[in-house]
Amino acid sequence: MMVPIEHVIALAAMLFAIGLVGVVTRRNLIVILMSIQVMLNASALAFVAWNRLWPHGSQGVGDGAADGHVFVLMIVTVAAAQIAVGLGILISMFRNRDSVNVDDVSLLRW
Amino acid sequence: MTADVLAKALFVLSALLLALAPLLAWGERRQGLLQSASEGSLPDDPDGFKLTHLMRPLRDLLELLTREDVVPVDAKRGFHLAAPALAVVAALAAYAVIPFAGVYVFGESRIDMVVSSPDWGLLYIFMLGALGACTALVAGWSSQRQGTLFGGLRAAAQIISYQVPMVLSAVAVFMVFGSLRLQDIAVAQDTTFRLFGFLPVIGLWVPEFLLGFPFVWPAWGLFLQPVAAATFLACLLAAARRAPFDRTEGGDDPYAGHLAEYAGLRLGLFYLAELLQVLVIAGLVTTLFLGGWALPLLSTELFTGQLATLIGERAATLFCVGSHFASFGIKVALVVWLQVWLRRVLPRLHYPQAMDLCWKVLVPVSLLNIFATAAWLLVMGGEA
Amino acid sequence: MLPETLFYVFGGAAVLSALGMVSTVRNAVVATLCLLGMLLSLAGIYVLLEAYFAAAALVLVYGGAGALLFLFVVTLLDLREETFGVPRMRVLRVLGGVVVGCAVALGLTRIVPLGAAPPLPDGFGTYDAVGTALYTDYVLLVEMVALLLLAAIVGALILTRKKLE
Repeated sequence: MMVPIEHVIALAAMLFAIGLVGVVTRRNLIVILMSIQVMLNASALAFVAWNRLWPHGSQGVGDGAADGHVFVLMIVTVAAAQIAVGLGILISMFRNRDSVNVDDVSLLRW
Repeated sequence: MTADVLAKALFVLSALLLALAPLLAWGERRQGLLQSASEGSLPDDPDGFKLTHLMRPLRDLLELLTREDVVPVDAKRGFHLAAPALAVVAALAAYAVIPFAGVYVFGESRIDMVVSSPDWGLLYIFMLGALGACTALVAGWSSQRQGTLFGGLRAAAQIISYQVPMVLSAVAVFMVFGSLRLQDIAVAQDTTFRLFGFLPVIGLWVPEFLLGFPFVWPAWGLFLQPVAAATFLACLLAAARRAPFDRTEGGDDPYAGHLAEYAGLRLGLFYLAELLQVLVIAGLVTTLFLGGWALPLLSTELFTGQLATLIGERAATLFCVGSHFASFGIKVALVVWLQVWLRRVLPRLHYPQAMDLCWKVLVPVSLLNIFATAAWLLVMGGEA
Repeated sequence: MLPETLFYVFGGAAVLSALGMVSTVRNAVVATLCLLGMLLSLAGIYVLLEAYFAAAALVLVYGGAGALLFLFVVTLLDLREETFGVPRMRVLRVLGGVVVGCAVALGLTRIVPLGAAPPLPDGFGTYDAVGTALYTDYVLLVEMVALLLLAAIVGALILTRKKLE
């Protein structure tokens, strides 16, 4: 792997920022859910990058050669569960209000 | 290193596109005629097989190409064209990991007759199948008709549902052969195993002749994992939406199927993708269960060793390469014939029946197979 | 191509796909396909980082099932452009926020200089290493995630069940 790890981490940080802006700015629930996926993927990329840099855990302690990959698997699984439930919420929201705009389901005053 | 990968890739691609796919198109039509014909009702081939009949697929292709390219007015044109192209690419890409001959030693250099042999070759094929589901869905959605949309949703749901028992059957195969690399699986089937060899391991006495010649069989996946072979083939057929599982495409269903608004070249590309999928299924089943390129009772060392005393090392290895290649071709042809035959023989499954088959039959069966295989491996202690 | 060039190609593709997904106004299917594109680019980067099993798991689970589930819902809901899109001014705001966020993120990563990548242990990133780690060190995690998935399945079923009249 020739690319310095800072570049990979920078890419992960950029993707995280893009996802964060998507979650905060967009009003459409589908785009919000997908931006959450982007953020999760960015953190998974960071896990893989750090695992590549320190394959034996920090300061060479223990034999955690595949720890980062295990965590990527966990992130992917949790994301899949979150997609399922999030889309379920989206479908019932669509059935009740006929809209996927989060502004339409906000009952708060301001 | 890249040069020979490129050479192998070009060889595989040209063999598939220029030779095998047209041959398959002709073969399917001919086999269908033969199977459904009765005495004296073959209007197409009054004189039997002629070489010019091989031009028929080419004529069909030209006819499809020159047809008017009809696309619905409000269809998403970009996706409408991208979907069949992606289907063809996915079907072609699967052949990158299927070995068409073994691993040979030519003097100092080792040559591996597969385009690319990653550690996780079998996972790569499942990835392509998953992407195929997206293709079907986008194809159905891009025509912007409710009927095609539901057809596309059904096709995608069928593909991903059948991926579950497919992966479970592959897990059983993986347990027996110990590797996901398809070349390693093929090499592992190059040997033989004793049919009653498990009896001495458990501690029973068995007469000597039962361990001898007629009961020594090639260690093919078909004999080591028959249940997994059957379920894997069924799942592959369903994932390619072929044989008895093609209800999502047509018939007299109220939902027209996701290919309803496709005509001309686009439909031709989907047909090409389906033909290539038949070849991919054949290659995969051959590699996993029929011993790949291996000759039935002659392992590579035996073959090359015996021949080397006659014609010398290099010539023996070359001859071995040729015979392995021929063996692979024959087995692939067998599985292709099997698929075409199944298509004509089995009635189409209604879509709920197909889903029932997947979740209520194939998933429990493949799970039980995994448990049985695990128990077997535990008892044998690795000496399968 | 050299691995470095490939990394920048994949990285650029991932960033462009994510940007496209966040700021697209045309329709939701384009957004979902941008998400799929980002997943595939990230899988390519994982392979470059020698995380082979993670790449396969990403495409199989995330791409084959997760993005496909998004596609299912998006094509079923069939949102028109009026309900999906954002006005032009908002797109500029989104892009401005993205630029600021990226600048902050890039600035933060310049603080700590890291060493070169060390040589890897044998069998790094294969399914063997990940499987062994999963079932020896992290077996409790596997069980917990199984429970989580069960809860997610039941939850999704209940949320989307039509009320029986």
